[in-house]
Amino acid sequence: MSNLYTVLSNELIAYKTYKMVLHGDTKNIKAPGQFINIKIDHPNTFLRRPISINDYDETTLTIIYKVFGEGTEILSKTKRFTTLDILSPLGNGFTIKETKKQLLIGGGVGVPPLYSVAKELVKRNIEFDVVLGFNNKYDVFLEGMFRSLGANVYVTTMDGTYGYKGNVIDLIKSKNLYFDYYYACGPEKMLHALVKEDYVGQLSFEERMGCGFGACMGCSHKTITSYKRICKEGPVLESSEVLL
Amino acid sequence: MNLSVTLPGMKLDNPIIPASGCFGFGYEFAEYYDINILGSFSFKGTTLEERFGNKTPRIAESTSGMLNAIGLQNPGVNNVLKIELEKLKKVYNKKVIANIGGSTIEDYIEAVKIISKSDIVGAIELNISCPNVKEGGIGFGTNKETAAKLTRLVKEATNLPVYVKLSPNVTNIGEIAVAVEEAGADAISMINTLVGMRINLKTGKPVLANTYGGFSGPAIKPVALKMVHEVYKQVSIPIIGIGGIMNAYDVIEMMYAGATAVQIGTANLINPYASKEIIDQLPQVMKELGIKDLNNIIGRAHK
Repeated sequence: MSNLYTVLSNELIAYKTYKMVLHGDTKNIKAPGQFINIKIDHPNTFLRRPISINDYDETTLTIIYKVFGEGTEILSKTKRFTTLDILSPLGNGFTIKETKKQLLIGGGVGVPPLYSVAKELVKRNIEFDVVLGFNNKYDVFLEGMFRSLGANVYVTTMDGTYGYKGNVIDLIKSKNLYFDYYYACGPEKMLHALVKEDYVGQLSFEERMGCGFGACMGCSHKTITSYKRICKEGPVLESSEVLL
Repeated sequence: MNLSVTLPGMKLDNPIIPASGCFGFGYEFAEYYDINILGSFSFKGTTLEERFGNKTPRIAESTSGMLNAIGLQNPGVNNVLKIELEKLKKVYNKKVIANIGGSTIEDYIEAVKIISKSDIVGAIELNISCPNVKEGGIGFGTNKETAAKLTRLVKEATNLPVYVKLSPNVTNIGEIAVAVEEAGADAISMINTLVGMRINLKTGKPVLANTYGGFSGPAIKPVALKMVHEVYKQVSIPIIGIGGIMNAYDVIEMMYAGATAVQIGTANLINPYASKEIIDQLPQVMKELGIKDLNNIIGRAHK
């Protein structure tokens, strides 16, 4: 599980947002929505940094991350051909359901794992639309990638500087988007707002983690049935089990 | 070359024991390596009743260390006995150390009685030092009379050896160690985490939902070494040294301070193979330092 990966590229794609392609073992990745945990070689970043997998193939995996603190700052300066110590893959990803019309709902840096979901839906011939929410026009990324899969993509920004103005739920309602199942990833506020609606789907949560593989209980969320470790039983939970 | 050491009730192939709270119930780590290579391990702090623990965020980090405020999340002693230890038995054939916490003396005694029924438990580790629960935990570990009373009553409730895990968050750890030894403790494990906090610079709010948490990792190693060194002078029961051990050199240093065995905590969270790698590295480090038998180096710093 602990493996060395080589950085093939690490480029800025939006405001403080980087896309990194890594070369290494990807054969154990089972589902879209799983994540990796990266060791950042600095005494101030003692814990690993968990980041969702955006895309993967036989030999490479791609992550998209935003610089929020010291760890991601160091990561953003990582040069090509640097070797990184990474635990991969971790967690359970999304379970693809066979329904008629689905919706992918991404908020900010929660957008990346949905790209793998979209690829899987294309493979299975499941019809879907995409809703992406960002703070402003400088934050927007991946819109074109989703479009290239042939999906209808709706982008909204909180300040209205790009696409529609408002949050993702405002957009879903104003556009009257029809869907019978959704996959979502984004800030907890957005996920909780989705759970309050009558929609059914799966949501990928974020949490501060100690280990990332189920040992420390640092990321437990209480759900309707039991507690679940976001890193181990999660990060994806069913909308019906989320406790608000 | 001899790596085996002896703790009350347990002969260990090597002195490496993953610490409570950093190794789950063991079977989680059996996915990564054969956990039978361990000396033993101390399972996740268990209480009489199930506990959900504190709100998240429960984790923060600092230079060369981390803070946690889990709050003793565990499924309760009956579920540990019937479910967790049964799962463990499928992958582990040595004895495990049962780490037990509680809010009242009665809770501790009841939980100890229940867990003592398990044939896989080799010793009880009394957690009187958890800094993250409102009642009990550390409250039992910061007062020598209470610590001694609890130790004595637990000793009466079980036939298993009782190790007492001490808190460093006290003025005089030596007097608590002496008090629990006099009350019948068979060994001492030390130290639990040091209480600390981090504050978010943007919001001005504490990072941990619990405000305070337990600080662990290599940053605390010098503190742990000093406390083990200090207690070694005052008690005659074995000490299990805990605090910031990341590699085999740290193991030797802790044994020099006076530890008979060591527990590996935070290192397991950064690297799931940490305890295995330390065991693999130990013979080579012993050779480098000219050590033939680990038993000969316990307390070397005192000679």
